[in-house]
Amino acid sequence: MGRKPAVDGWFSVDPAALVGTRCGDCGTPYFPRNEIACRNPGCAGPKDGSELAPYTFSTRGRIWSYADSRYKPPPPYVSPEPFRPYVVAAVELDVEKIVVLGQVVPGVGVDDLAVGQEVELTVGTLYTEGDDDHLVWMWRPVA
Amino acid sequence: MSGDVAVVGTGMHPWGKWGKNFVGYGLTAAREALAEAGLSWRDVQYVAGADTIRNGYPGFIAGATFAQALGWSGARVSSSYAACASGAQAIANARAQILAGLADVALVVGADAAPKGFFAPVGGDRPDDPDWLRFRLLGATNPLYFALAARRRMALYGSTPEDFALVKVKNARHGAANPNARYRKETTVAEVLESPVVASPLHLMDICATSDGGAALVLTSVEFARSRGLARPVRIAGLSTVTPTFPKTVIDLPDFATDAAMTVPEPARPFRAALAYAAYEEAGIGPSDVSVAEVYDLSTALELDWMEDIGLCAPGEAESLLRAGETTIGGRIPVNPSGGLASFGEAVPAQAIAQICELTRQLRHRSGPRQVPSPNTAIAVNQGLFGHGSATLLTH
Ligand SMILES: [Zn+2]
Repeated sequence: MGRKPAVDGWFSVDPAALVGTRCGDCGTPYFPRNEIACRNPGCAGPKDGSELAPYTFSTRGRIWSYADSRYKPPPPYVSPEPFRPYVVAAVELDVEKIVVLGQVVPGVGVDDLAVGQEVELTVGTLYTEGDDDHLVWMWRPVA
Repeated sequence: MSGDVAVVGTGMHPWGKWGKNFVGYGLTAAREALAEAGLSWRDVQYVAGADTIRNGYPGFIAGATFAQALGWSGARVSSSYAACASGAQAIANARAQILAGLADVALVVGADAAPKGFFAPVGGDRPDDPDWLRFRLLGATNPLYFALAARRRMALYGSTPEDFALVKVKNARHGAANPNARYRKETTVAEVLESPVVASPLHLMDICATSDGGAALVLTSVEFARSRGLARPVRIAGLSTVTPTFPKTVIDLPDFATDAAMTVPEPARPFRAALAYAAYEEAGIGPSDVSVAEVYDLSTALELDWMEDIGLCAPGEAESLLRAGETTIGGRIPVNPSGGLASFGEAVPAQAIAQICELTRQLRHRSGPRQVPSPNTAIAVNQGLFGHGSATLLTH
């Protein structure tokens, strides 16, 4: 049984954190990672990618909004059979002032959530294929 | 006035699920628009096609596809893709040709034959494409993004699922009287709330479907319209297709995240509002001049957001206008007299063109039982997503 990220380079597993890039000139962080050029039009950096270095995001924020999906989405979503509804939250990180989407950990429904509620980043299983758990970042209410 | 172009012809193929080739829908609309204009295909110097990406290569080069189907005539051509704003972009191209003096008569055509069910990404494994990845990593369907916006509205302003349902009831009433609408049946708040929840807080009947349909416009210079005896044509007074301003802090599909507002303050106007106000500035008018609006109600809740974004009321006041009947035909500021996407379902490249067909007919007092009393100025707004969108102002 292996555990591997469902996408490479977007998050770390231990400790659980989103990984993006940050501009060394103007300080703007990017998620998902931006390696092409800083997108701040007012930034005076070289804008050739050399200004962007890996950056680990803060792991706590507040729910900006949330919703669930009651029907099985089309591929490339890999759904368990039978389909299991899931919740997605948009979370604003206090430090970076960025809103990031993520599934909410299984077992938490929309009735358990509220806009403004504090959540933290964790890692969970997005889908299982063969012997492998494919992992993704998830939001979990702060106890 | 010198910055205006005239809308002299409008045409539509009815929306539905007809199961035919999209080219036919476009031709029906184009011929109707030309007939209304009293012009022939050979009079058209520029044809602007709005692309569909779900109908093979002919859809990617829609301008040439329609030009060939109408019979090669030597007209100049463009084909535009701008997601749900493709139709608006085609109008913008035709308008620019006319304003530049490169053409007097332009034909704009968009048509689509839509697949069933959820909008899925284009096929194949594309782990570098955010539109593919949002389905893969999040299961973030289009309704899920609409539901996030709706829940946010509930938290900010105390909106309720009943308010959202009331938008559908109003639009269904408008659409029931529109022969080009796909859904022509009135509904009730209870019926909307009893429809299945697709993405909480939105029900199936809060979310627009996808449809087949076609729409076309004939645009000319104001001088050309006058030379043909149209002393007071409906005119496009402003048309904006501005992009967002960094940092874009409202999450839209297919984004995983907003821009970070850590280093640069948020722009004074978020994207949807910026679209509208750029058009207002171009036309030299403001929201208080508007007498009727077509807004892009991908969901019922989005109609309420749009009303505030385009300045019809202050943030948080859209529900009270709706409840008071002010956005119904006959009210102070009718919204979506066509029935909106709620009654049409989205025929992507045709939809923004259809909005202009509706408003042009309203301004000409040709909307029959759906006629808005004495409109002077109309606005159509469209959210193309992926950074595309449009706002168009029409005057008479
Ligand atoms: Zn920078």
